[in-house]
Order: sequence, then C-alpha cells, then structure tokens
Amino acid sequence: MEFFQNLQKVLRQNIREYGMFIALFVIMAIFTYSTEGIFISSRNISNLLNQTGYIAVLAVGMTLVIVIRHIDLSVGFLAGFLGAVAAIALVFWKLPVWVVIPMVLVMGVLAGLITAFPVAQLKIPSFVASLAGWLVYRGALLLSTMGTGTIIIPDEAFNAIGNGFIPDIPGLDFFLPKVHKLTLLLGLLAIILFIFSEIRNRRKKQEYNFEVLPLDIFILKLMFLSVLVGGITWVLAGYNGLSWTVVIMLIVVAIYHFVTTQTVLGRHIYAVGGNPEAAELSGINVKNITYVVFGSMGLLSALSGILFTSRLQSATTTAGTLFELDAIAAAYVGGVSAAGGVGKVTGSIIGALVMTSLTSGMNLMSIDISLQYIVRGAVLVAAVIFDVTTRSSRK
Amino acid sequence: MKPPILEMKNITKEFPGVKALSDVSFRVAEGEIHCLVGENGAGKSTLMKVLSGVYPYGSYSGEILFNGQVQKFSGIRDSERAGIGIIYQELALVPEMSVYENIFLGNEICKGWTVDWNETIRRASQMLAKVRLDVNPETKVRDLGVGKQQLVEIAKALSRDVKLLILDEPTAALNEDDSANLLDLLRDLKQHGVTCILISHKLKEVISIADTVTVLRDGKTICTLDAKKGEVSEQVLIKHMVGREINNVYPPRERSCTDEVVLEVKNWSAYDPKLGRMVLKDVAFNLKKGEIVGFAGLMGSGRTELARSIFGNPDGYEIMGEMYVRGKKQRFNHPKDAIQAGVAYVTEDRKAKGLILIQDVKQNITLANLREIASHGVIDGNAEVKVANEYRESINIKTPTVAQVVGNLSGGNQQKVSVAKWLFVRPNILILDEPTRGIDVGAKYEIYTIMNRLVQQGMSIIMISSELPEVLGMSDRVYIVSSGRISGELPIEEATQEKIMHLATN
Ligand SMILES: Nc1ncnc2c1ncn2[C@@H]1O[C@H](COP(=O)(O)OP(=O)(O)OP(=O)(O)O)[C@@H](O)[C@H]1O
Ligand SMILES: [Mg+2]
Repeated sequence: MEFFQNLQKVLRQNIREYGMFIALFVIMAIFTYSTEGIFISSRNISNLLNQTGYIAVLAVGMTLVIVIRHIDLSVGFLAGFLGAVAAIALVFWKLPVWVVIPMVLVMGVLAGLITAFPVAQLKIPSFVASLAGWLVYRGALLLSTMGTGTIIIPDEAFNAIGNGFIPDIPGLDFFLPKVHKLTLLLGLLAIILFIFSEIRNRRKKQEYNFEVLPLDIFILKLMFLSVLVGGITWVLAGYNGLSWTVVIMLIVVAIYHFVTTQTVLGRHIYAVGGNPEAAELSGINVKNITYVVFGSMGLLSALSGILFTSRLQSATTTAGTLFELDAIAAAYVGGVSAAGGVGKVTGSIIGALVMTSLTSGMNLMSIDISLQYIVRGAVLVAAVIFDVTTRSSRK
Repeated sequence: MKPPILEMKNITKEFPGVKALSDVSFRVAEGEIHCLVGENGAGKSTLMKVLSGVYPYGSYSGEILFNGQVQKFSGIRDSERAGIGIIYQELALVPEMSVYENIFLGNEICKGWTVDWNETIRRASQMLAKVRLDVNPETKVRDLGVGKQQLVEIAKALSRDVKLLILDEPTAALNEDDSANLLDLLRDLKQHGVTCILISHKLKEVISIADTVTVLRDGKTICTLDAKKGEVSEQVLIKHMVGREINNVYPPRERSCTDEVVLEVKNWSAYDPKLGRMVLKDVAFNLKKGEIVGFAGLMGSGRTELARSIFGNPDGYEIMGEMYVRGKKQRFNHPKDAIQAGVAYVTEDRKAKGLILIQDVKQNITLANLREIASHGVIDGNAEVKVANEYRESINIKTPTVAQVVGNLSGGNQQKVSVAKWLFVRPNILILDEPTRGIDVGAKYEIYTIMNRLVQQGMSIIMISSELPEVLGMSDRVYIVSSGRISGELPIEEATQEKIMHLATN
C-alpha cells in the first residue's frame, strides 16, 4: 500500500515531467488501437522518427532561445533556404558532400549571428528581428529555386542522411535473421548505461541528503524507461535498424543535454534566462550568450535543412514552411516556459515526438488536414495549460 | 483584555522537506498593534500567508477564527472580503499606473458598465488624506519614492475597508523619517479601530509601537508578551528569538586598517542617458586595505549608483573621472572585469537583481565564480555541493539542503545566499549595498562577524547602509553622500548620528 501512496505522491510532485511521457504513451496507444496496430508497426515507427528528426533538432535550438526569453521565427525558411543552397552546391556547383555540409552549417551559424545582432546590440525584440529574417529567407528560397523549380539531388551519400540506415554487423546471419543486430546491441548498451548512471546519481544525491525517489518508485521508473527504450529498439531492429537521421538526432540531443546540464556555458544560459540583470551583475556577458544561443539556433536550422532536403532528395520552393511553429510548439509541449530560465532539451524532443506522432497517426487514419491543424492546436494549448497549472499548484 | 478579533489555533504547515509551522497558536485582540518577531525562517511570513489565504484551506492543518467565525479561505479574495488586508514586503503596485488607478485596482468603482473615474479620484484623495500622503492622485507610482509607495499600498488596503491590516517588514526599505511616519500612521489607524499585525526585524521600532508581541522560533510560538505590563524589552525579545542572550549588537574588533590605498576614485561623474541627468557629480573617495568604509545618506542619494558605476557600469552611464585599483589606473567596462580585478558587489535588491529565484541554493552561490569549480568548462557537481555546504554552515543559511530553490527560502536566508555568492568570488574589495536589510539580529551579528574576519584577512569593504547605528557600529570611516555628491567625510571617532544627518540632508 505504501507503494501506491509513494507512487501517487511522486506523480503529483513531478506531474509535469512525467505528464509528457504519459501523454506520449496515451497518444501512441490511441493511434495503435484506432489503426489496428499499423501505427506501432516497425515501418511506421521508423518513418515517424525520421520525420521527427528535422523538427526535433530545431526544437532543441528553440528551447535555448526561449529559455533566454527570446524567439526565433526565421528558422523554418532559413532551413528551407540552406537546404536549397546545399542542393545547388551539389547539383550545379558539383561540390562534394563533405564540402557542402560544413559550408551550409557555417552559413547557418552566420545567419543566426545576424539575427542576434539587432537583438543583442540594439535591444530590438527578437520577435521583430526574426520576423524580418522569416521574410528575407523566404524570399531567398524563392529566388534560389526560381529558375529551376524543384532541384532533384542525385548524390547518394547526401540522400542517405535522410533515408539511409546504419549497416549491420556482418557475418551474423545465423542468429535472429531479419533483425538488425547492431541496433539491438546499441539499444542494450544505452539501457545499461542509463541504469548505471541513474544508480550513481541516486547514490550521490543520497550522500548529500538530497531528496531522492523512494526505492520502489525508482526501480519502477528505471523499468518503465528501459522497457520504453528496449521496445523502440526492438521495433526498429525489426525493420531496417537505426536510421542516420535518428543517429544524428541522438547525437545532437546528447551534446545539448550535456552542455546545458554540465557546463559553465549551460549554467550561464539558464542564468540569463532566469534573471538577466542578476546574470549581468554576476559577470556573465548577456550579449555574448545571446549570440551563442542564436548562433546555435542557426547551426541547427542548417542541420534541419540538410535533413529535410536529404529526406525529400530534392530542394523545393516551399521547404521549411511552418517548421518554426512546429519547433516552437514542440518546445512548449516539452515544458519550456516563456518566462525564461526553464526548459530541458530532452523535454523538447519528447514534445517533438508528441507533435509528429499526432501528424503521423492522423495521416494513417486519413483524417483531413483541416482537422489535423485543429487537433494539434488543441494539444498545444492543453499542454501549456497543463504546464502552467501544475507549476503554480506546486508552490 | 479585549475580545480577540483573530485566533489561529494549532496551525501546522509543511513544505516538502520543511516543517515551516508546527502547531502554532496566535491570538490578536481587537484594536491592538500586534508585532510578530522571530529569526529568519522562523515562519512569520508563512503564518501570514496561511491567514490571508495565499496557502488555501486544506493545505495546512489547524483552525482560523476571525471575528468569531471559523474561516476557510481558498484565496486572497476570500480573506479580503472578510476584511483582512496584507501588504507584502515586495510591493505589489503597477509602476506605470497612476496612484488612484493603483488604489482601486481590482476594486474599481463603476457606474453601470464603465469605471467612474471622477468618483475614483475623489475617493482616492480621501484615502491619501487618511494615510497623510500629500501627492497628486494622478502621479505615476514609479515617480514616488519607496516610502510613499508603501503609503499608497496602505491606502489601497484601507480602500477595501480592512479590519485587520497585516504588514510584512514594511520599514525594511525605508529611511528613518519614512519609517517614523509609517509608525505614526499605524497609531493613527489604531485610533480608528483598525487592528494591525506588524512583522519587523527592527526591534526598536517593535518596542516603540507594539501593544503585544508574539515571538516565533523554528516554526513554533515561543511566547506572547504584553507591552503594557512592561514585558517587552530588546534583551527579552532577542533572548526569546535566538534562544540565547546576545549582549552586543556589534561584535568587538581590533582595528585592522592599514595605510595602503586599494581603491581610489577621483573627479568621478556619471550621466544617466535614460534619466537624462547627472547621477554622480565630482565624487572622490578612497578605500584602504583592511578598512570598512561606511557610505551613509538618504535613499536615492546616489550611493547605489556610485557602487554600480564602479562595478562595471551595467546601467550604461556616461562616466568621467579616474579610478585607481591598487595604484593602477583602471576602468571596468563590464561587471566581469570588476570581478576579475577582485571587486564584488552584493546588490541592494536581492530579488530583482541579486538572485535567480528559480534556481537552487548551490547554483546561486557558485554563479559568479563557476570557473573555480569547473575544469575545461565542465562543472564538477561534487565540488559545487561542497562549496555550497561550506557557506551554508559558515554563515548559517537555513535550508533543508543546498538543492532547495532559492525562491522558497525566507527573505533573510535569501540575503545570506546573496552574500555567500559574493564571498565565493574571493574578492579583495567587497561592496555591500544594504547588507543586513531584512535580516534578524542573530544573523546580523553573524554577518558583522564575517565582515570583521574578512577585513582582518586583508579585505577592504565598502558598506552602503541607511541604518545609521550600523554605519556607526561597523565603519572605520564614513562618507556621507547627498544628491550625487560626497557631502562629507568623518573618521569614526568624530561621527555621530546628528552630524551625519546634518550632512546628508544638506
Ligand atoms: N514555498 C516554499 N517551499 C518550501 N519551503 C518554504 C516555502 N516558503 C517558505 N519555506 C520555508 O519555510 C520556513 C519559514 O519561512 P518564512 O518565509 O515564513 O520565514 P520568515 O519568518 O518570514 O523569515 P524572514 O524573516 O527571513 O522573512 C523557511 O525555512 C523557508 O525556507
Ligand atoms: Mg518573511
């Protein structure tokens, strides 16, 4: 009985964090039921994750932008435009992939810094500065695809980023045929690492007398997450294994998670978000942090553009439309607060998954696009209301 | 004894990991001024928040009787309706609105569907007369000083016909004149039948005004003392608050002052482009190694502006003049430069400018000196906890763990976190701006002791303070600031309250 009391208490205290997982779970369950299992099929999950990729990397960058109390509306068309630049470089300038990708990423950083300039130096609201960017990049995208229309990309290496899968370990065909062994192995490793690091963390916290979850709940949490990761790995391994998109997404999340939680830079970013004035007086250069965060946003926009262009194997005139709003929605569903200083990149990834699951599930159910927008809007509002109310009731 | 207007019985309130109130009982007689005193974190503010419905019925245990009836407030609106008004330490006025709009905010006087502005202004003027505040009701609140804003808050409460007025540390940010004025007003209100609960760390003030005093310690009621029976004195209050006797308010100190000048400022003027006027005019002063220099003056005399103009000028003043740090001519362009040169500045307004309330104690303490606990930009979590725990012990920050969110600490403990943060920078020159505002006697003594220890180790301290006894008790030398100028300098042997006040108002 104590177990259930504990569970109730923990859930109530951390409702915001777990609520997201529960919501994701419920959404997946509903779609699995209403599509008679198609939703949870290996093929669909693999597709779903690939679709999440280009929104997820944007959402990660957007999280930090919102954490420092700004917004960047220009990222969608910036991604579209840089995708087109990549296509042009590959197709017309005949540059090799390993030149094109770094080049586009650097252009992304520059674009981010340009957006940051009026915001940091002249205190222009980022809403306005990035709205200008939205217009400019949209124009630039149209301009660069004007002569040709859609640019088809024949480069296989480039297209693999959005469509390819990691190779399997050779020579193991006798064991579990039709299953991607390397994916399984990586999934297993991830679970083991996760469990170890959680246990170490808990020990350390206990040493300092910090609050920790009761043991039974802790074990439950470990089991739940292990089963989740294990399940996804198994489903993916049953199809083609991990895609390059997912690998890239995981690396981005891992890096950003590390930077935001473990480094001085991360601490400075959250300090600026939490109280810019106090941060400035603590010797943190708020302007520089603004440049860094917008620069990173630009970098991730470029990455998003590459992922999307590669996935379509072409650059189109409308690439990137509404990406910025999807990314912002994902970040809010994932728990960032517009008041600043609050929000995790891992949350935003879950947020992105929630939003793409909705799209994917409703597509499978052949729900009309008009209704899809309405449903996504409702989910966004619900998530934010849930966020605000759970935050204030915990005081 | 008059019948009680308020009785709180066996109130217990817990936060995760903290029992803020345990079984507290509290009785207030009708028409009295009842002071509530206790150390930082004793539970005073929490008790008042329980009473006013900030913590709704059900989130605490115990019973509240107001006007003889059991009350189950589910929010501030309920308690307001019952006739309870509360004024928090953080003022809750809208700076951009006029005085009369603020007074009737949320309680607008309407004629049909629209607000009746004429009636509003007429009634607001009445309220202002009641609190003896002589300003045009159409003045914007932001153009008033803190003392006057405080009076507007009271006028706002009175406009709702309060029977019980609660003031949480109203005089903490006021100078002596404004404080005296406010206390007079409370006496006046008492004549008109308003009951008052007053929370304060200024014991002199408590003694002068209280009919009854209740002392809280560690979330428990220690005693209730009756002033008319002569039970209230500073010694008695301190003993009950702290649990032991403190005989000196200021710790004794051997003078450690040397002749080596570590900071010197000359012809220092600053123009604030936002306000469009000079905030500092031709200031000159110096600070020696091992010295505590007091900066006295009225609120708004320019002391904070002086500190900030030195500390990397975050407000973007246009500065003329020279500054020498340890003999070297220097000018800091960012607080970062100042910190690097060994200067630290504990801000006056900890909530708005000093702390990050949504982050925890350890993150706040280490923020200005993360480099020391990081290698290659990666923070060492163990080192961070260790540092935070050291300061928690050495200046006695009351918190369950250093992972507690700072916004959840009591006001005084937040101030200690703010001090700890700047000590961790390990400065040679420490600027303290109102360092003991809102801090209890015991903790004040601790902070003074720390200051003495630091100067003995060779640090130099600039202490900006509006409390003259503190300036006189701690400084080696006093500068008096008045309208952006240094209007006088006194060695401590010659300084008296009268002389300082004379120079400050000059
Ligand atoms: N929201 C909260 N969450 C957790 N703990 C809290 C919260 N609010 C107050 N506390 C804790 O409750 C205790 C009492 O705090 P309270 O603010 O009532 O003290 P106080 O007597 O008003 O002190 P001060 O004189 O410093 O203002 C403190 O230990 C504080 O840390
Ligand atoms: Mg308090």
